Amino acid sequence: MVPFGGWEMPVQYSGIMEEHRAVRTCAGLFDVSHMGEIDLAGPGALPLVQRLVTNDVGRLAVGQALYTPMCTDAGGIIDDLLVYRMGDEHLMLVVNAANTAEDLAWIRDHAGGDTRIADRTADTALLALQGPRAQEILQRLTATPLSEIRYFCFTPGVDVAGRAVLVSRTGYTGEDGFELYVDAGHAVQLWSAILETGRGSGALPAGLGARDTLRLEAGLLLHGSDMDQSVSPMEVGLAWTVKLAKGEFCGAPVLRRQKAQGVSRRLVGFALRERTIARHGFPIRQDGETVGRVTSGSFGPTVRRSIGLGLVSPGHAEPGEPLAVEIRGRGIEGTIAKLPFYTRPQASAG
Amino acid sequence: MYPTELRYSKEHEWAKVEGNRVRVGITQFAADRLSDVVYVELPKVGSQVAFMQPFGVVESVKAVSDLYAPVSGKVAEINEALAQKPEVINTDPYGQAWMIVVEPTDLGELGQLLDAGAYAALVGEP
Repeated sequence: MVPFGGWEMPVQYSGIMEEHRAVRTCAGLFDVSHMGEIDLAGPGALPLVQRLVTNDVGRLAVGQALYTPMCTDAGGIIDDLLVYRMGDEHLMLVVNAANTAEDLAWIRDHAGGDTRIADRTADTALLALQGPRAQEILQRLTATPLSEIRYFCFTPGVDVAGRAVLVSRTGYTGEDGFELYVDAGHAVQLWSAILETGRGSGALPAGLGARDTLRLEAGLLLHGSDMDQSVSPMEVGLAWTVKLAKGEFCGAPVLRRQKAQGVSRRLVGFALRERTIARHGFPIRQDGETVGRVTSGSFGPTVRRSIGLGLVSPGHAEPGEPLAVEIRGRGIEGTIAKLPFYTRPQASAG
Repeated sequence: MYPTELRYSKEHEWAKVEGNRVRVGITQFAADRLSDVVYVELPKVGSQVAFMQPFGVVESVKAVSDLYAPVSGKVAEINEALAQKPEVINTDPYGQAWMIVVEPTDLGELGQLLDAGAYAALVGEP
């Protein structure tokens, strides 16, 4: 168990590699209850969120979710989050644990009297069941046909193992899977019920270690490692989440300028020739010159390479170009890689 | 339980006397703490190692740890197989996962190492 964003979290249960493999081949169950859940209701809720995030929540149907950064006026990323449209005037934001307090303060500072804001983090547990067999396993615990919940959609109040659960087809692993929001008081029973039926099929509990190797292989970013308030979405490959045409929002003028003029650094993926691991902050060099720094790195068990992400100057940042990462005084050679490092096999819709 | 024919350093290396040479690896305790090992850096054959000085590195997703020589001397052999399969450190730390063989300059240094019982006590096992 380690401290993480103000919570005690398991790094692993049986082993990072084994848990990672379970998620890629069968299913893994994560306790991600440390994530923050912020409830916004009232006629001002949707316009408030629309002004605070870069993506366009005006297009969200009830029962749909979207992924978006939230920026300062300078265009720096305060956090990345999911916005769930719970009702016409009701949204739930799911934010990173380490940023929950700051996000709440930022939202409150910008809110008017026509929005009720509640921090539901302490009351809400979140379990993530991820992997190609996640749906099959979860289906044993509910009569609701899970195949009808499409990607980035959700259904609240689903009876799962006798508990009311908001079931969302979202995740952070690059596999199919579900995130399950439940009252904190029911979390243990839900966890046990899923593992009781899932273990026989190869499902394993999975911790933070596997969570990181999985998301890295899938090319997903981690706030605090790959992005923070010193970088903008345009610099870290998140331009697709920035909908400049939707109207004004925090950071829009800066992002508009970056879109027009380009950016001075870019997030790239890379893979190394040796298995040693590139860690946050390690220098990246090309032709002997320092061109950037590693933001995240690990060993990808499925791709069987040492992989990572880094922020580099745009000059030689195309996939296939060589680079070197300085690890403990040695330049370890590698290549810029297209993201994601791993894509799940596309099966027919089930 | 720790193999009784080995001697142990406080930094979790084991040493096995084989005639006039000493074989070296890391203990199950160290391997468990690291979790899945992905990479090992070993010295070159012929290089010198010094008692309780770092001679290499073992790396997992979780951590990078120095390896400390339990005896001084010259590196006579290194386990090349570890480059391909470093994960045997987790599954067979006292056998296939030996790391280096040293020609020691002073076998008396082994007297400064712990026996299996003392090592078990150090790591808090009965």
